[in-house]
Amino acid sequence: MNISTALFDVPGLSRPGRQSASACAPAPAKRQGVSLALEGLSKSFGEREVLKNVRLELEPGEFVAVVGRSGCGKSTLLRAIAGLETADEGSIAIGKGAIGASIRIMFQEARLLPWKTVLENVALGLPRSLNAAAATLSTVGLAERADDWPAELSGGQRQRVALARALLHEPQLLLLDEPLGALDALTRIEMQQLIEALWLQRGFTAVLVTHDVQEALALADRVVLIEDGRITLDLKVDLPRPRARGNAAFAALEQRLLGSILHQPEALRQAAAA
Amino acid sequence: MAAVLPQPLVKSTRKAARKGAGSAVGRTQSSVLAPWILPVLLIAGWQAASQLGWLSSRILPEPWAVAKAFWTLAASGELWVHLRTSLWRAISGFAIGAGLGLALGLLTGSFRRAETLLDTTLQMVRNIPALALIPLVILWFGIDETAKLFLLAVGVFFPVYLNTFHGIRSADQGLIEMARSYGLSGWPLYRDVILPAALPSILVGVRFSLGLVWVLLIVAETISAQAGIGYMTMNAREFLQTDVVLVGILLYALLGKAADLLSRGLEKRFLRWNPAYR
Repeated sequence: MNISTALFDVPGLSRPGRQSASACAPAPAKRQGVSLALEGLSKSFGEREVLKNVRLELEPGEFVAVVGRSGCGKSTLLRAIAGLETADEGSIAIGKGAIGASIRIMFQEARLLPWKTVLENVALGLPRSLNAAAATLSTVGLAERADDWPAELSGGQRQRVALARALLHEPQLLLLDEPLGALDALTRIEMQQLIEALWLQRGFTAVLVTHDVQEALALADRVVLIEDGRITLDLKVDLPRPRARGNAAFAALEQRLLGSILHQPEALRQAAAA
Repeated sequence: MAAVLPQPLVKSTRKAARKGAGSAVGRTQSSVLAPWILPVLLIAGWQAASQLGWLSSRILPEPWAVAKAFWTLAASGELWVHLRTSLWRAISGFAIGAGLGLALGLLTGSFRRAETLLDTTLQMVRNIPALALIPLVILWFGIDETAKLFLLAVGVFFPVYLNTFHGIRSADQGLIEMARSYGLSGWPLYRDVILPAALPSILVGVRFSLGLVWVLLIVAETISAQAGIGYMTMNAREFLQTDVVLVGILLYALLGKAADLLSRGLEKRFLRWNPAYR
């Protein structure tokens, strides 16, 4: 897995040479994100209420992380936004215009078709845009693996192919359902940096579901905590990017968020921070 | 991860790979020869036992006599007539049975309504051994080609049908959901996702059927045939030509092996994306 350093110099995108690297790809529209508004969203599976009257609003281009314990309903929320589940009640409004916004979702597993090459997987749904697919593949640093089978890639590489596949559709809203959950710590950090770089460059709206508090704080403008189907915390993350994890402000936010998730009383939290 | 690895480590793995390639040549040679050691030893032992007088030629003629019988039959052209007839029956019986099995398996696998309509009936029919139908088949079709093809087709149908149905049904729902969310539906979804997902299972059915076809054929050809390897063997039995009987049996073994090689070739060709088949 060779990550070109170019991926990480996000300021590099102000350089004119940056765009020509992906010359075949149509230049991404500036600030392509859409707004997202959830109103009174409820969903139950049989007797069990998974989402209870959820209300959430996202600005165009905003990056929001949804955290919570497993089974709290965060994945269902994301799948409802993606249209993979139908909500029982409430409304989901994506974008302002009448034109349907392009939404793409990344799953915890890469879900690549094993019988198609990496390049064909990226071009899924757009079989005529192989050139653009190759260009997108190179933005995730996997240009030279285009003709390999997915079985020959590592877990992190597979997720990068899945990311390229989503990005080829120029999504205005990218939904990430714990896409890095199965990766090792090092690969995860690399992927986080890649996702952040591409988000900064393309400006799509992003919703990331994760159980990793550090990941949420490293990437998101806002972190939303879901407990038992309800939003119980909406925390603005006002840290400059790129965010250093060792940073005192970062650590303080992490403590606060973890404290809320674990329901530790304030005194105990202060003791832990000290 | 290679970006993080220090350079020397990468080099040494490459060197190891090259070393592996060198010994792989020797390994392939021995792995080509190894499966044949046992048959060759068996034949040698058999020949020795016959020459030492332990085996009566009436019960089991020596391999050399079998080889001579093979040569005589081949030279007179009789062998090829029988072989051609048997091959033709096997291929057409397989084509009809497997073709129908594939078509119906795809139908019941893909459409719930077709499953409710057809599957119970098919499951009942499946439990009747194909060979138990022989008396009925003779009454229906007499003793000519149709009867033999019918038996072959019925026997071959079920392995292909069941595996096709199972393959379609066990296609990864996650992949289908993903493909739908990327705008695939209808025929493109079927062609690019569901069919390839079912293919390994379908090929298992094909492989099983190709083995079964020879078993069914030898029985079918004993129904008063005028040609074919089964006929040749039955005829030889009447005249106590044990060597010719053995030629027939060995031919079945070779044809079975050829069918197996064919189905493995199909798997290698169509499942080359799957590391288990490379």
